[in-house]
Amino acid sequence: MSIEGLLGRKLGTVQVFDDRGRLRGATAVQVGPCYVTQIRTPEREGYSAVQIGFDEVKKLNRPEAGHLRAAGNLKLRHLAEFDARGAAYNVGDRLGAELFEPGQLVDVTADSKGRGFQGGVRRHNFRGGPKTHGQSDRHRAPGSIGSGTTPGRVYKGTRMAGHMGAVRTTVRNLVVISRNDEEGVLFVAGSIPGPQGGLVRVRQAKKVSK
Amino acid sequence: MAYELDALTATQQRTDIPDFGSGDTVRVHAKVVEGDKERIQVFEGVVIRKRMKGLVSNFTVRKIASGVGVERTFPINSPRVDKVEVMRRGKVRRKNLYYLRGLTGKAARIKEKRF
Repeated sequence: MSIEGLLGRKLGTVQVFDDRGRLRGATAVQVGPCYVTQIRTPEREGYSAVQIGFDEVKKLNRPEAGHLRAAGNLKLRHLAEFDARGAAYNVGDRLGAELFEPGQLVDVTADSKGRGFQGGVRRHNFRGGPKTHGQSDRHRAPGSIGSGTTPGRVYKGTRMAGHMGAVRTTVRNLVVISRNDEEGVLFVAGSIPGPQGGLVRVRQAKKVSK
Repeated sequence: MAYELDALTATQQRTDIPDFGSGDTVRVHAKVVEGDKERIQVFEGVVIRKRMKGLVSNFTVRKIASGVGVERTFPINSPRVDKVEVMRRGKVRRKNLYYLRGLTGKAARIKEKRF
């Protein structure tokens, strides 16, 4: 076994031919290069994991640079922890897309695109009001938000208008269609959250149905 | 993004397909899967449309089979297209030959291109 997942970058959506010659909609994901920056051990941290960094930048602030000094003084913008699943890694190891094989299922986690303040129709798929029959100003209204004197309040969690998007979202069980080894890019079937250029976590699928 | 997405899929682009265009008569050797066997099926007819869109480019071939017009669209870069043979170059004045659908027999002929 090897490390559970890596960090990467969403490049955009493309169409690629799969192994059966079918043209499939896919998302290109730049995976890695990631560097092992720290090993978490049960003795020291109380659990075991591997911390990796991704995306080299020119400048980091002093505390961040100090943390990465042990890992060969690389300046990495993003850090994340993954389960090593029994594999032994050393600080400084370089990991990339070769961790994932075509045909394999992966989960992709990222922050979805922010949608701003949205009404109930867009945010929760409310139906809105009738378009005709004398309606005015009720076309996209949420309707009733609760009962009357009893209970005399609006229940917590009632779906209303509000901020939508920009939350961490995971899409499970996406098939890796193919891999471009020169660029370290995976082609994952379907769509993944976030904008082009956004940071993503790619890991082995956790819940594979039989 | 600095990345050119087309460049990433360039490895799937085919370079072995000859140059042809609308009005040409071609023979397409298509791989078809029947059960667990794969065989090659030849489809010969007139190219009535060719869309050049990078990796997803495709073209449509029309022929008359047992008196019925049949059209088949192939992705040019598909691994399921074994090869394309150009049988005859046709001289046409437009790129989409949809007018052929209303014509049969002698009227549906296309003049050969002379060089």
